[in-house]
Amino acid sequence: MNSDPQARGSRLAARGFVPELLRLIAERAARLAPRAVRFMEVCGTHTMAMFRSGIRAMLPPNVRLLSGPGCPVCVTPMGMVDAAIEIARRPGVCLATFGDMVRVPGSRTSLERAKAEGADVQMVYSPLDALKLAEAEPGRTVVFFAIGFETTTPAVAATVAYARDRGLRNMLFLAANKVIPPAMEAILAGGEVKLDGFLCPGHVSVITGSAIYEPLAAKYHAPCVVTGFEAEDILEGIAMLLLQVVEAAPKVEIQYKRWVHREGNAKARERVAEVFRPCDAAWRGLGTIPMSGLELRPELRGHDALQVLGIQVPPELENPGCSCGEVLRGLIEPPECSLFASRCTPATPVGPCMVSTEGSCAAYYKYGER
Amino acid sequence: MDRVLLAHGGGGSLTKQLIRGMVVSRFGNPALAPLSDSALLELPPGKTAFTTDSYVVKPLRFRGGDIGRLAVSGTVNDLAMAGAKPLYISLALILEEGLPLDDLAAILDSAKATAGEAGVTVVCGDTKAVERGAADGLFINTSGIGVIPEGVSVAMERAAPGDAVLINGPIGDHGVAILSAREGLSFETPVSSDVAPLNGLVVAILAAGGEAIHALRDPTRGGLGMVACEVAEACCHDIELDEAEIPVRPEVRGACDLLGLDPLYVANEGKLVVVCAEGVASAVLTAMRAHPLGRSAAPIGRVLEGAKGRVTLRTAIGGRRVVDPPYGEQLPRIC
Repeated sequence: MNSDPQARGSRLAARGFVPELLRLIAERAARLAPRAVRFMEVCGTHTMAMFRSGIRAMLPPNVRLLSGPGCPVCVTPMGMVDAAIEIARRPGVCLATFGDMVRVPGSRTSLERAKAEGADVQMVYSPLDALKLAEAEPGRTVVFFAIGFETTTPAVAATVAYARDRGLRNMLFLAANKVIPPAMEAILAGGEVKLDGFLCPGHVSVITGSAIYEPLAAKYHAPCVVTGFEAEDILEGIAMLLLQVVEAAPKVEIQYKRWVHREGNAKARERVAEVFRPCDAAWRGLGTIPMSGLELRPELRGHDALQVLGIQVPPELENPGCSCGEVLRGLIEPPECSLFASRCTPATPVGPCMVSTEGSCAAYYKYGER
Repeated sequence: MDRVLLAHGGGGSLTKQLIRGMVVSRFGNPALAPLSDSALLELPPGKTAFTTDSYVVKPLRFRGGDIGRLAVSGTVNDLAMAGAKPLYISLALILEEGLPLDDLAAILDSAKATAGEAGVTVVCGDTKAVERGAADGLFINTSGIGVIPEGVSVAMERAAPGDAVLINGPIGDHGVAILSAREGLSFETPVSSDVAPLNGLVVAILAAGGEAIHALRDPTRGGLGMVACEVAEACCHDIELDEAEIPVRPEVRGACDLLGLDPLYVANEGKLVVVCAEGVASAVLTAMRAHPLGRSAAPIGRVLEGAKGRVTLRTAIGGRRVVDPPYGEQLPRIC
């Protein structure tokens, strides 16, 4: 018999042995009771997966999950949305971005409304689609509004490099890409919310490797488990976090061993470093976090939409009453926001967390009891 | 290559040429042939069902079908879901200047084949042309008339506690096929649209279940999730679906995961949901599975006592969640 709980858990997950995982979770939670533990799922894909499979309601009452800042649409500051709208309204300029971003309200309007009023906004599924637009019409300036974390940034980087190598001067980028670990640290350092561990994002970690969380475990004694996205993965990740809490032995573990290694994908990171450099970045709800964003390297300013088009990003603003910031910091759950399901619904979103398919407000609205 | 000209919709000789050469030559029948202002029809006894729908799918042709097959199947299916035998349809074309006539011919061939498959006659139509940019290739409107046979009474309000909920096969194929075909989407999923006329399958279902067939719905835009919500709301009872029982092709599930879509809300064009008394469920399933369009029919849930008209899903891992109506289309121009 293999008695290593992690290995045992993996086998169970592989078999889809949900009842056994639930039993492990119940047993470990019972050993902690009456202490309540709070874990944060950093990634929006985890939030959605948990709602879809009904995991939250299956957990013992003393195990709570908080949604974190891991939805790239949600953490993009309103000023960037305003800048994107200004770009899309420029004659001869096409703004290409992902579908969710189009519906996010800026301070006065959204890209969706600006499009209906005649602004040139194209929804794309990949930065390469924007590149195709630029190649097909050299006379039209195409700006790709790039958002996303470590998982999707390599594809943007490859697109930037391609535009540079082919001399596609009409292909510009409005880069709002971010990196996750500084945001996790900001939440721990802020101390507003007491956390007993992180379900670390599986896809991000494929690129970063799990080593990137080691300073968090060491400095803040925060248990970290890099977790996959199937229901069984998530249950196993929670079971592993609980064991770390029971044993008071915080460390970084990998549940998502099918894809994640300690070292990650160095080649993808090199591609990113070739065109981007770290910069301070504003996160919706979290404020400006040092070295948490990516900007184009100075030699690529010819592809930087803000520089080429001379656009200023307005300072941080919030829609009055919108509590997306508190939601993103794990301070409140969406139903605690006064606008939730009244003024703010998926059809009439006030904040980005209600727009994105990975936003926690949208998940609570869509799948939760109201 | 010959293309649609604005003059093709002008009502003059070029219009006539187009209608005779492309439409009448294919769909010719005694009701259509006079090309007068109205088709004159004889209807058998029974309640008449009448429906209309416009089709703006992009692209016009996709894996498993095209706008022609879609426009005929969609209207035939709307009639069939009312329990009607579809008899006559109209076919109105809005052509964009520049549409290759070969493309139009292929689409009309497909519409003709689908009408033949469904046993409906195209009895009237219309052709307009608009300037380049005012439409996207081709829009089609079809209206349909059918007659509901004696003894058939299907309506969402008839769904009652204890009823079984069945579906005729895997969900989400049409939506994913359209997405895969769409320009600009850089992944390929070998999924074909399920677009098909379902009236033959409905005949088999009604023969097997008779009056115990309470409701029929085709989960098109909004998908299975939307239809379940509509039935629950109409009958004022709760519906419980079993995620583990709902058929979804692995490639459809994979594409949905990638794109952040929920298969429950992805469009179908050849699926129907049957709500019937539990007592006839197994006979109805057997009849569905004996039909080519129901080979992988499955029981997917039940109607429960409850006044809220809510839909819940028992998840594959034994959890439970609410199924809400989608708040907008997951994808524009899917049909």
